Amino acid sequence: MRINIPLFAGLLTLATGMLISSCVGGSSNKQVNVYSHRHYPVDQEIFKNFTEKTGIQVNVVSASADELITKLELEGSRSPADILITVDAGRLEKAKSSGLLQELNGDIFSENIAPNFRDPDNYWFAFTYRARAIAYAPDRVSTDEVSTYEQLAAPHLKNRVVMRSSEHTYNQSLMASILAHFGPQKSADWCKRLTDNFSRSPRGNDRDQLKAVAAGLGDVTICNTYYVAKLAESPIEAEREVFNSIRIIFPNQKDRGTHINISGAGLTQYAPNKENAVRLLEYLVSPEVQQKLSVENHEYPVIDGVEMSPFLQEWGDFKIDELPLGELGKHNEQAVRILDQCGWR
Amino acid sequence: MRLEVNKKNENISSIKRGLYWRLFRVVNPWTIFAFLCAILIATPLITILYYLVEGPSDTWHHLAETVLGEYIFNSIFLVIGVSFFTFIIGVSTAWLVSTSSFYGRKFFEWALILPLAVPTYIVAIAYAGIFDYTGPIQQFTQWLGFNLGAGFFEIVNIQGVMVIMSFVLYPYVFVLARAWFVNQSSTLLETGRMLGSNPTRTFFTLALPVARPAIVAGLSLVIMEVLNDYGAVKYFGVNTLTTGIFRSWFSLGDIAAAIYMCAVLMAVVFLILGLEKWQRGKARYDENRSGSKPLQRYNPSRGKKVLITLWCSLPIIVGFLLPVLQLINWWWVSDTRIVDPSFARLVSNSFLLAATTSILGVSVALFLIYSIKLYPFWLMRILGKFSTLGYSIPGAVIAVGIMIPLLYFDHWITNYLENYWEMGLGFVLSGTLMGLVFAYIVRFLAVAYYPVEASFRKTSDYFLGASRVLGVPPAKTLRKIYIPLIKTGILSGALLLFVDVLKELPLTLIMRPFNFNTLATRAFELASDEMVTEAAAPALVIILTGIVPIILLSKLVSRKN
Repeated sequence: MRINIPLFAGLLTLATGMLISSCVGGSSNKQVNVYSHRHYPVDQEIFKNFTEKTGIQVNVVSASADELITKLELEGSRSPADILITVDAGRLEKAKSSGLLQELNGDIFSENIAPNFRDPDNYWFAFTYRARAIAYAPDRVSTDEVSTYEQLAAPHLKNRVVMRSSEHTYNQSLMASILAHFGPQKSADWCKRLTDNFSRSPRGNDRDQLKAVAAGLGDVTICNTYYVAKLAESPIEAEREVFNSIRIIFPNQKDRGTHINISGAGLTQYAPNKENAVRLLEYLVSPEVQQKLSVENHEYPVIDGVEMSPFLQEWGDFKIDELPLGELGKHNEQAVRILDQCGWR
Repeated sequence: MRLEVNKKNENISSIKRGLYWRLFRVVNPWTIFAFLCAILIATPLITILYYLVEGPSDTWHHLAETVLGEYIFNSIFLVIGVSFFTFIIGVSTAWLVSTSSFYGRKFFEWALILPLAVPTYIVAIAYAGIFDYTGPIQQFTQWLGFNLGAGFFEIVNIQGVMVIMSFVLYPYVFVLARAWFVNQSSTLLETGRMLGSNPTRTFFTLALPVARPAIVAGLSLVIMEVLNDYGAVKYFGVNTLTTGIFRSWFSLGDIAAAIYMCAVLMAVVFLILGLEKWQRGKARYDENRSGSKPLQRYNPSRGKKVLITLWCSLPIIVGFLLPVLQLINWWWVSDTRIVDPSFARLVSNSFLLAATTSILGVSVALFLIYSIKLYPFWLMRILGKFSTLGYSIPGAVIAVGIMIPLLYFDHWITNYLENYWEMGLGFVLSGTLMGLVFAYIVRFLAVAYYPVEASFRKTSDYFLGASRVLGVPPAKTLRKIYIPLIKTGILSGALLLFVDVLKELPLTLIMRPFNFNTLATRAFELASDEMVTEAAAPALVIILTGIVPIILLSKLVSRKN
């Protein structure tokens, strides 16, 4: 076989041409550019509905929040991004303190969203939240054994706790909230004792922890509420059975309340399409979208009077930890250090 | 009189020519262009190293005190384990398929490459699913009435990752070792046979030592792939240097500590490659063959043939069939059973990107290696080796290394255009497909580089000398002599690169333009939201798309001159 040089060169030119042509165009005034850490199918539908309503095209790049923040930092004043969406308050706080966001002036946000779901300076706001609840096997654990995060570190749960890696924001933010409430000494002690209670080294995701509890690899775990609901809707029968064999409880109802985290958004400092961006942000907290996010994705809405997912309705109201969400970001780094020191992998 | 003047002039001009020639040896279009290429590719890596100058941060000390030891231990454990297994599986199957006849040999020629089409993290997730409490095996044993305990099939640990990686990555060794065995002069092996050496002895004393460059090239790719893997180790909760990089960057917000971790990683790679080089010593491998005829295959007994067939089936079953069946199972139970039209767009995006990158990447690799062969001075050699290092660095870190120089350029050019031409233009490179292709080449050059280099090493330098003497320009020598000789290496490189780009994730996620999705990003987004069943459809399409070039690759390798 001979390599055909003209053919080779032709292919190369063609491919390069196609790539370049796909880079040109697409710049119009009716658009808004979003950097998002969320990639749920429901988000796509919401953006599509927005475009149909307003004629504004929504362009999305999704990657992890930290990568997107680094990208924003590097791009500086010429960044094409208008909106930053993350799945964690800590990251929004980080973006704010790095000067990547700007203040949002709009009564819609301050009037409709409760203060604990907003940045005090209005640099970002939450558009949904979820609780980090305790899930347990009802046949092996009684409710009053696992009613607080602190109890999970108690000696009676030795070798009975399963947990995902501390690599993930969910556990880091939980640790940060404990740190904010109790200070480094006590939190390190809690972390150490909790890690000693692990029945296996951390692995897998939230759903895997629930399965491990159902399988008897452990008796109790911590997980996000919407994963529990999604397990119930799983197409795999054995997974639906897992849902039936576990219970969840909102911890610390008698004292500070259950730790929550948010999906939130902010307007970038150099947003080139600021007006369109504000319209999209307002749309995110409209009753229509809030209901969609709750019913289809099992997230808690941040405005009142919205129909919620049946699972959330069944679990009922619960007391939320009122710690300002920005604190999670401020304590994140120290939280990770503590996690490393106590060997929560 | 006139004659003498002429002679004098001739003398002067010949001295001049000699001088020019000497200058020309170092500075000429070849070296300049190759130098520029190498610099361009090395820039992101140099950018990363630049951070090292700043000195270790506080975070670094924290990591060094708490977790670094475990990270290094796990990484080295994985590298050694996976190298060992991929060596055994890859070399043995390559040898058997090339030199022995057994049942289904033709089929195994291409089927053994199949695991290459499946991204490692997808295989890892599939296996976790297979042995999971809600997975088929546990459900089946429970249905049979055995209660083995939920922890019985525990594979989610470091040994599990090691085995899974070995069965997914062995094709790198297989492809390169096989290309070597096939092109091996039959004379060498047949001489051995005539001298009364049995197949086993021929393999260990003749074939294996001679195939060393190809095997090492394959293992180098495997090692780098192991070191930069993030998805599989993260899912299995195994902390390696790569997870450490992500932890220090993302969780501790310290990019300098992440870069330090990268430096440790690069040191590990250099150490391994250096050890091999040192051990190889002065041995040279420019085996020369001309007009080799197809090798007479061994014809083992029937029992042995069955055993060989079984041995060759094992890696395909473990590395490809079982995970694919699990994906099909998930796809079947999920709601997204129908592959919608947006899939066509995903496939064409992935395909175009992979094709462009593999053509460009292989051209760059070929060009660099040939230039180094023509003008082997130290700077080029170092740059050449350096530009392949991207393969061992996690994609997300490379992304930063790339974005810094790209954005610098973009800022400069947009400022220029605005100031002098009053033109408002967005970024020219970053956030465009051109930027993405450049990033892929920086990341994956090694995949094209090693096969091409290994096949170049088999060719003789005499061709170069002969064509020089005959006054044939180097470009023509390359086209007329070397490319036909090393086309297997070139095409192997191109196809491996194609498949790698098809599977690539972290770079694509962060550097892609708005609204641009590939099969890999779609599969990942679904899987990372813990929607494994929905992720099965795009994952299966990645595998199907990847199979095409893989069959091409094997057809190519088995075709003899």
